Amino acid sequence: MRWRNLKVIISNASSDPIYIQIMNQIRQSILNGELHAGDSLPSIRQLAKDLQVSVITTKRAYEELEKEKLIDSVVGKGCFVSGANKEFIREQRMKRLEEKMIEIIQESQEIGMTQQEVVDYLTLLYEEEQQS
Amino acid sequence: MNALEVRNLTKAYPQFKVDQISLDVKRGYITGLIGPNGVGKSTLIKMMLGMVRPDSGTVRILGCEMPAQEVEVKQRIGVVSDDCFYYEHLSIRDMQQMIAPFYRKWSHHTFNRYLEQFELSPNMKIETLSKGMKVKFSLAVALSHEAELLIMDEPTSGLDPVFRRELLDLLANILQDEHNSIIFSTHITTDLDRIADYIAFINRGKLVFSEAKDSLLERYAIVKGDLQLLDSDIRKLFVGMRETAVGFEGLVEDRQQAAQLFGEHVILDKATLEDIMYYTAKGGRIHA
Repeated sequence: MRWRNLKVIISNASSDPIYIQIMNQIRQSILNGELHAGDSLPSIRQLAKDLQVSVITTKRAYEELEKEKLIDSVVGKGCFVSGANKEFIREQRMKRLEEKMIEIIQESQEIGMTQQEVVDYLTLLYEEEQQS
Repeated sequence: MNALEVRNLTKAYPQFKVDQISLDVKRGYITGLIGPNGVGKSTLIKMMLGMVRPDSGTVRILGCEMPAQEVEVKQRIGVVSDDCFYYEHLSIRDMQQMIAPFYRKWSHHTFNRYLEQFELSPNMKIETLSKGMKVKFSLAVALSHEAELLIMDEPTSGLDPVFRRELLDLLANILQDEHNSIIFSTHITTDLDRIADYIAFINRGKLVFSEAKDSLLERYAIVKGDLQLLDSDIRKLFVGMRETAVGFEGLVEDRQQAAQLFGEHVILDKATLEDIMYYTAKGGRIHA
């Protein structure tokens, strides 16, 4: 069975403990929108099997993510991406968006565009995107 | 909830002694019993199974007293060993027909599926099997009667690296059911340590520790540095150490303490189970 959009890659060379590596990657997938509220995650035991790590390791990663309210575990049903922390997730995504916008501003300045030109250009692209 | 509980097991032989070992195997997890050769791992497992009578101590398996409820217990456990307990002159098929009636929950279907997966033919005679094939056969038997606890004594010793990896998957499959538990012994720590949840370390007949692998690996560290850093107080911090003309390398039990003490003067590496086993065995000899 495959889980949509969940990618976890463990590095033996990393100085981070394995549970931290798992946590970071699942958290990242949630924050950048690859995983959505309600998406199911592999069970602790399935993930341990897939990654060939111990059950305790995956269990700890899930417990920490639960503490951050990023995932929920429902007894008998498994683990899901939580909807409880929507605001936090939105905030994180807004922050990423802001960084990208600042990048756009800086690049447009480098090639000598005015503020109005950037806004017009963005408006144009926005409208095209909506039509397609 | 423990799948297996050992309390104060002791057995003295003229040459060595298994000394007051107490150990829990938690249900739903894999416990690895590690230690150098000849420190009592197999004796301990034989005592669990009632094959060696302890001088003192008790064993409970799946909530049942051993050896009083041995017959009941053995329905519910699977045993894999590098010793072959089967009749050498029989074929796999005949041996299976002999074993099957002993088990209430024997599945011919499951057994045949494993034979196929392990590339064993039912016509093969036990005596013609290689060591690795005997382990596979014994594994097929152990997995064909819905065992809740798998006890494996040096299961990987005769296996090639390819099948050892496959074994990891097989064991992880068994553990998909959280009622199942596994204990295995090994002196090759790089083998199964990837998937082991708990590690029990036996050295010279005594239990050195029994705890979650992740916390062990976070706590212990390898320190490498210049010989000039060492004095008698510093040496005491090390579980074991190897000194050469160009520097030292040693195992410490408290990573944080070592990091504060040595700061930038040394290299602090992750310890592997093999490091822990090596330096503890070596250190123990020096101080004994």
